[in-house]
Amino acid sequence: MASPRTVEVSAVADAVARLCGEANLYLPEDVRQAFTRAQTDEPSAVGREVLGRLLENADIAAAEKMPICQDCGLAVIFVDVGQDVHLVGGDLTEAVNDGVRRGYEENYLRKSSCHPFTRANTGDNTPAIVHTRIVPGDKVHLWVVPKGGGSENMSKVFLLTPAVGLAGVKKAVMETVEAAGPNPCPPIILGVAVGGTFDTAAMRAKRTLLRELDSVNPDPEAAELEQVLLEDVNTLGIGPAGLGGATTCLKVFVDIAPCHIASLPVAVNIQCHAARHKEAVL
Amino acid sequence: MSELIKLNPPLTDEDVSSLAAGDKVLVSGTIYTGRDAAHKRIVDALAAGQEPPFPLEGAMIFYVGPSPAPPGRVIGAAGPTTSYRMDAYAPTLIKQGLKAMIGKGKRNTEVKKAMMEHKAVYLAAIGGAGALMARCIKEAEVIAYPELGPEAVRRLVVEDMPLFVVNDVHGGDLYEQGRLTYARS
Repeated sequence: MASPRTVEVSAVADAVARLCGEANLYLPEDVRQAFTRAQTDEPSAVGREVLGRLLENADIAAAEKMPICQDCGLAVIFVDVGQDVHLVGGDLTEAVNDGVRRGYEENYLRKSSCHPFTRANTGDNTPAIVHTRIVPGDKVHLWVVPKGGGSENMSKVFLLTPAVGLAGVKKAVMETVEAAGPNPCPPIILGVAVGGTFDTAAMRAKRTLLRELDSVNPDPEAAELEQVLLEDVNTLGIGPAGLGGATTCLKVFVDIAPCHIASLPVAVNIQCHAARHKEAVL
Repeated sequence: MSELIKLNPPLTDEDVSSLAAGDKVLVSGTIYTGRDAAHKRIVDALAAGQEPPFPLEGAMIFYVGPSPAPPGRVIGAAGPTTSYRMDAYAPTLIKQGLKAMIGKGKRNTEVKKAMMEHKAVYLAAIGGAGALMARCIKEAEVIAYPELGPEAVRRLVVEDMPLFVVNDVHGGDLYEQGRLTYARS
C-alpha cells in the first residue's frame, strides 16, 4: 500500500487566509461576465444602470483593495480531503479558523460573527462554518465562500408532501424569490437542492454555489430544471437591485437526490450578486 | 424617470415632498449611520427622555455597517444593509423629525404610513456596491455607541452619493412600480 501524502495544516491556514482576502476583494470572472451579458439583455434602463454600477464597484474594489461589499460575510469553507492525505501539524478546523482570523484582519474585512443572543461580536470572524468531506485522491481542495446576511436571511428549507411533486418544488422556489424581492441584493443566484433529508438539502443547496455560473449540470434532469426555474424566476420583474427588470436571477443551480418515500425536502439558498467564491488545491 | 436631483441635509418638508418614487438623487452633506442595535438604543434613549446622539430634525440616516478603514482611508466598504430590521424603530424616529432613510429592501406598512403622515422618504442605495459607495464618503467619525463596532453611530460627510427614491410621501413605491412594469405572467 502506498504511504499517504503528508499535508501540513499550516498550509491550509495560509491558503484560507489568502482566499478570504481574494474572495472579498476580487469579483470572480464568471460573475463579472454574467453581469456584462445581463446588461445586453436587460430591458430596464435603471436595471442596466445598476448592472453597470456593479461592474464599476468591482473595478474600484480590485483597484483600491476595498471589499466588494461591506458585509464580508461569515467565512464558509468547504474542505475536500483526499483519503490518501495525512494531515499533520495540528487540528484541521483550528487551522481553518486561524486562516480566517488572519485573512479577515490583514485585509480589513468586516467581522460579522456574533453570539446569537447577546450579539457580542466574537472579534475575529471565527468560528468559520466548515464543511469537510472525504474524497478519493491525495489532494486537499479548499473553497472559501463568504456569505453575507442579507441573502442568507431570505433562504428557506421546505419539507413538502411528496404528492405536490415537481409543481410543488417550482412553487416553493418561486414563493421564496418573490418574498425575498429586493432584500437579498438581486440579481441573485439560486442554489436549489431537492431530495435527501432536512440537513443534507440545506448543505447541498449551499454546495451548488461553488459551481461556475456558465457550468452545465451533468445531470440532464437537474440541468433542465435549472433552465425552467431560471426562466420562471425572471418573469417576476424584480430586476437588478429590486428596482424592476428582467434580470432577477443570473443562474439557478439544482441538485437532485433520492429521499424517503414519505418526504420531499427542498432547500433554496439565495446568493446575492456578489457571488464570492475562491478555491485552491493543496 | 427624472434627471438627477441634488439633496443637501438637513432636509425640510418641502425637500422631501417634491420627491417621487423613481427619482434619482445625489446627496451631499452630513448624514448619520445606524443599524438595528443602534436604533434600539436611540429609541430607548428617547423613551427615557434623553437626547438622541444626533439632531433628528431634518436628518438623513444611512443603514450601514462599514468594513474597517484600510490605512489612508476614512472608511472601508460601505454599502446599504437590509432595511426591514429597522422597521420596528423607524416610525418613532420619523415622528421625531427624521426625513430620510437610506438602505435596501422593502419597508413595512407602518413605516410607509409614518413616512406619508410625517413627510419622510426612503431612498435605496445599490445593495452590495460597498466600494463604490465608499468613494462618496469624505469624512467619517464615530459619535455614539463605539462598543457596537461596525454598528456604531457615525457622522459621515458625503459627496454626490447616488440613490433612488423608493418610497415617497405620496404613497409611491418604486419596488412595486418597477416590478409591475417588468413582470410577465
